[in-house]
Amino acid sequence: MSRVNVQEVPVWLTSVVIPLLQLALALMVSSLVVLIVGENPIEAFRVMVQGALNLEFGGLHNTLYYATNFIFTGLAVAVAFHAGMFNIGGEGQAYLGGLGVTIIALSLDHLLPMWLMAPLVIIAAALFGALWGVIPGILQAKRGAHIVVTTIMFNFIAAALMSYLLVSIIAPLSGEATDSRYFASSAVFPKWHELFEGAAFSLLNPTLLIALICAVMVWVLIWRTRLGYAIRVMGQNPSAAEYAGINAKKIIIITMAISGALAGMMAVNEVYGAHSRLILNYTNGFGFIGIAVALMGRNHPIGVVLAALLFGALYQGGTELQFEMPGLNPELILVIQGLVIFFTGALERLVRNPIEALYTSTRANLQAGG
Amino acid sequence: MPTPAISLKRINKRFGPVWANRDIDLTVMPGTIHGIVGENGAGKSTLMSILYGFYTADSGEIAINGKPLSIQSSQQAIDAGIGMVHQHFMLVETFSVLENVLLGAEEKSLLSKVLNHGRKALQRIGKAHGMEVDPDAIVGELPVGMQQRVEILKALYRGARILILDEPTGVLTPQEADRLFEILDQLRSNGVTVLLITHKLREIMHICDQVSVMRQGEMVAHRRIVATSTDELASLMVGRKVGLMENKPSTQIGEARLTASGVHYTDSRGIERLHNINLELRSGEILGVAGVAGNGQSELLKILSGVITAQQGELHILTSKGEQRFVANESRDARLFRQLGVGHVPEDRLKQGLVPNFAASENAILGYEGDAKYGQHLLSTDNIVADTKTMMASFDVRPAIPELKTANFSGGNQQKLIIAREMMRQPDILIVGQPTRGVDIGAIEFIHQQLIKARDEGAAVLLVSVELEEILALSDRIIVMVDGRISGEVMPSQTNEQELGLLMSNAASTIRETLEVTLPEEVSP
Repeated sequence: MSRVNVQEVPVWLTSVVIPLLQLALALMVSSLVVLIVGENPIEAFRVMVQGALNLEFGGLHNTLYYATNFIFTGLAVAVAFHAGMFNIGGEGQAYLGGLGVTIIALSLDHLLPMWLMAPLVIIAAALFGALWGVIPGILQAKRGAHIVVTTIMFNFIAAALMSYLLVSIIAPLSGEATDSRYFASSAVFPKWHELFEGAAFSLLNPTLLIALICAVMVWVLIWRTRLGYAIRVMGQNPSAAEYAGINAKKIIIITMAISGALAGMMAVNEVYGAHSRLILNYTNGFGFIGIAVALMGRNHPIGVVLAALLFGALYQGGTELQFEMPGLNPELILVIQGLVIFFTGALERLVRNPIEALYTSTRANLQAGG
Repeated sequence: MPTPAISLKRINKRFGPVWANRDIDLTVMPGTIHGIVGENGAGKSTLMSILYGFYTADSGEIAINGKPLSIQSSQQAIDAGIGMVHQHFMLVETFSVLENVLLGAEEKSLLSKVLNHGRKALQRIGKAHGMEVDPDAIVGELPVGMQQRVEILKALYRGARILILDEPTGVLTPQEADRLFEILDQLRSNGVTVLLITHKLREIMHICDQVSVMRQGEMVAHRRIVATSTDELASLMVGRKVGLMENKPSTQIGEARLTASGVHYTDSRGIERLHNINLELRSGEILGVAGVAGNGQSELLKILSGVITAQQGELHILTSKGEQRFVANESRDARLFRQLGVGHVPEDRLKQGLVPNFAASENAILGYEGDAKYGQHLLSTDNIVADTKTMMASFDVRPAIPELKTANFSGGNQQKLIIAREMMRQPDILIVGQPTRGVDIGAIEFIHQQLIKARDEGAAVLLVSVELEEILALSDRIIVMVDGRISGEVMPSQTNEQELGLLMSNAASTIRETLEVTLPEEVSP
């Protein structure tokens, strides 16, 4: 077969121009939806942008707070994806991470100060998340049970297990009906407005820094370590991994542990940082959004961080929209978020292919002409 | 002068800045066999894809039987009477011959009528062109040569008067290939026009009337077969003179490096792939393994390189790095074999030997990524790139850019990168599968030289290839595999392609093929 090497398309086009176009397309279709409902789309987007980026009411801070969750769950999906696995279980892994945080916090919060507590809580969140990720990993490696199916099922198991634990065991320990009690304020992360005098109230807390550190560590892991190398070989060409002598089972299990740990650490932001207590169903679908974030971020940590910021803004802007334009009900905001996922993820090629083709042919013509 | 069956004028096709086809002119007279030769990447397949409607030319004219035509889809090509037999068959293996032939040409909604009508038509076409096949045989159970016949019948059933065959003999034994040529001959005398794409020059000389040579996207020559020679065609293809290499036999065959005894292997589907394999591979020799693809060679390569484990039998490895005995069913991996000094050039470079999306430098450490020199904790990009540069320089990998994505290298250069990786560490044992498959002539020559050099330096080389010429040219000893068994051992100096061909297709399977139509039950083993 003769195959001709196609000129590679530059990074600025694939990573900047095309995502922006996809976003624009999503917003255009969203505008139609808003029009159909009878509201002014330009006004709606103004409210969203204003809501997501303002400083005086903590809009930008909350955008960053949401983004923190999405960085964790997005990285979790991305790491597994590099090994060729689709971890749909971020939701359950994050939920279990919350259990880890809660156990440590409830038992030690009156004994330890924040700076001793935080590392323990982070480790607990990662460990519990890793546990919930590694079981499907082991089932896949040893028994061939497909990771997509098992991680979905583990979300349900996590939900049921956590409901039971919260309602029957944790809440009765001096908490509310479906929440745990508040952790001692001396043991939890301070929030942004507690650190900086005069800043508006928000849920933003230092976990954002941990998320960014995790993004850097994931980059190092994937592109600079032997384990990451093995993960990528496995993900892209399992036969080559076998040929190289890479132990596929081991890689599957380790990768799922890492992926689960990353998802679990979302609990540090939510349970430890933002709410200082375990709340029923606190994960709120953030684990699933991680899939879209990874997809849009093309499984690269930088992309994941950028996509997480976008989704953080959509969440925060959407929340504002509900207050400002009551005609747009919460479901409609989900529709807008869904459209963004649809155009950036599912229909990715719709924009990418014509743009890339246009680029290559223009370039070729220029070269032929000059 | 009759109207040409195919007439192409100034066909251009560009992929990005690369010209895949540039100003191609081609005239093929009806009722002739016209060969098209060229190295990999010369643009043959692109040209045929344009003719068959997979690609549309950027510019140029196509006329079929004198009628100007713009072919936008393969359906249009079929309507114009063009049929194509792909290198990899497009058959549904679980369907019968008849069902495969009718697939996509059913025309009526009730299947029974179609089948009745199709059965008669198929028999008529088969008889007319001298290739009768049992219409009810299940395609997956037919030998490869017969499957190819089904492909040809499929094209003819759709009314093809122009037949394009892409590398048709790649998967055939010499005997099957001869049979194919008889069929092509018959088709020619029935007025069918055949376009034969191949890189095997002797086939061209054997069967074609005309030949066109392509090089780097351009048509460089048209010749009548009677007025040309293999030598001329070869030098036209590469633009310089090439000689098939003369291999001096090994002078010093030493101790046994790798011994396999009583190896049996059954795959996950329960099919026995290897049956009682015994062989000994000595230092300073090239042991050639001949056979039609799919007779257990792939499994043999994988077992001898540690990728998979046999269910029965033993391996014994003795190298300068150590000695080890491997018993059956023991869990192990290829890494252990590499540490013992076993290099492995896999038979399928894109599936096994490389990760196409990786940079060349990343593929240059595949399997050796654990080596201490590539960094203590984190991988040392500097050392990896430096090593890759050395490999690229000493094995002539072009372009010598370690950061370039591997998929963007040509097949020959990808293969040279793999061979460089496996040979750089001077392995005592080198397990090599199809080292020159899909590789251009220049690279073939280079790869052959490297294999001989390794042998002369004392390596024990096992060479699996479906190219008999290659086996004969390089081996010091040849074993032949049929149905997962070693069916014979010969010395290259005392044999030829015909004898090897007979061994490859051995008596049992020959009988099976001839009786396939009438007596499948009794004779099948």
